[in-house]
Amino acid sequence: MATVVRKSFEEQLQELQDDLLRMGRFVEGAVAKAMRALINQDVNLANEVIQEDDIADDLDVEIFTKAMKLLALQQPMARDLRIIGTALKIVTDLERIGDHAVDIAKLARILSKHKFFKPLVDIPKLADLALGMVHNSLQAYINRDIELAIQVCREDDKVDELYESLFEELVGYMERDPSLVEQATYLLFVAYFLERVADHATNMAEFVFFAETGRLEQLARSHRSRPEPTP
Amino acid sequence: MSELMVRPTIERESDRAIAGEAGTIKIQVRNLHLYYGNFHALKGINLDIYANRITAVIGPSGCGKSTFLRCLNRMNDLIEGVRVEGEVLLDGVNIYDSSVDVVTLRRRVGMVFQKPNPFPKSIFDNVAYGPRIHGIKDKRKLQEIVERALKDAGLWDEVKDRLHRSALELSGGQQQRLCIARVLAVEPEVILLDEPASALDPTATLRLEDLLYELKSKYTIVIVTHNMQQAARISDFTAFFLNGELIEVGPTDKIFTRPDDPRTEAYITGRFG
Repeated sequence: MATVVRKSFEEQLQELQDDLLRMGRFVEGAVAKAMRALINQDVNLANEVIQEDDIADDLDVEIFTKAMKLLALQQPMARDLRIIGTALKIVTDLERIGDHAVDIAKLARILSKHKFFKPLVDIPKLADLALGMVHNSLQAYINRDIELAIQVCREDDKVDELYESLFEELVGYMERDPSLVEQATYLLFVAYFLERVADHATNMAEFVFFAETGRLEQLARSHRSRPEPTP
Repeated sequence: MSELMVRPTIERESDRAIAGEAGTIKIQVRNLHLYYGNFHALKGINLDIYANRITAVIGPSGCGKSTFLRCLNRMNDLIEGVRVEGEVLLDGVNIYDSSVDVVTLRRRVGMVFQKPNPFPKSIFDNVAYGPRIHGIKDKRKLQEIVERALKDAGLWDEVKDRLHRSALELSGGQQQRLCIARVLAVEPEVILLDEPASALDPTATLRLEDLLYELKSKYTIVIVTHNMQQAARISDFTAFFLNGELIEVGPTDKIFTRPDDPRTEAYITGRFG
């Protein structure tokens, strides 16, 4: 009985999901690139990330427009409706992740003029965790994988713990040696943006769970209550 | 469309029934089976219909939804070879009991059909027809009834100056509201509607939907519709029928956003060959 009778709608829905995946991979790549620019103190690469942000913004508008059109013209119901509603939520998270890539690239540009007072270890680790979460939440969306979505939300706890210890470590450096305050503050901002990226990945995973189950739940165990610098 | 369409069904979302706040049950359908000769058309239907709520019945052609609707005021009795088993309790009394007077039942549970079917009489006589049959002769009383029914059906302002003209001169949308006025004139408790908007244009359809929304404060409404958006727009509860079975029933927002049964999902998302 479940014969597909809405071929063109199916195709448009698939196209929307493909666009979202494309945007997801793009912003994931942008954060990774911004991190490489930071670690290698590569100003050109940082500039590239900043310039390419328009691509993410254009995709954001394109996906939003397509989703609105599907809502208006196809009157989607049930899972179809949830898929489109989820796309509208996820696209905003992806756009913010793209913005954070730019934020990090701008800091990379500034920090390229500094000599790191210690090798970067925990910040790249934080970046790997956050990027892994972005990657997996997109994978969960495409594969309708609830287990993977839940796993992403669990990962957020690790990110929070690492961010917290980084925060304490960097503040400790500043207290001991005031000449490090400027660089440590910039690094703290980088950590903060990466922590935000992980939060957006968590939001996305929660909506993947919603798309599949119809249930909207806070899947991350803990919620942040630690200091947040205001950029 | 020059006039501004008012759509209170959307504006007053909070008025919709939600699970647990459904109110009192007006009709209880218990293990209802219906056979057309050897054909088993309804298979053990169990369904509660709540007072002052709109219950929509949806499903593909031939699923038994109109047959089900006709069971609620025993219209199927008029079809030869029909056998009904089970119970339909109206305010707790089984309407299939031998003691039940079918004429009184059909006054309490009125019906509006797919195509507007006014009698070839004046607008006034159409609405006064039911009350006259039920013995009301006083002219003033009849005038009062006709005016109130036409007002409740949202038709009064359009026809008050031509009550004695033929009902057949009215537009399709007006004729359908006249048929509703005809039902309202005998003071029913439940209104059954079988695809009432399928012959109407979009504007007349939205007017009719608004009217049903207004009427639910006084009546219990059950509507059969092919138009899923219509069910989604106006109903508090939606029941999905397939092959003579009730597959799923629940609050309309739940049925249309996260139905439990994959067959409901397939039907409402249009993946139903």
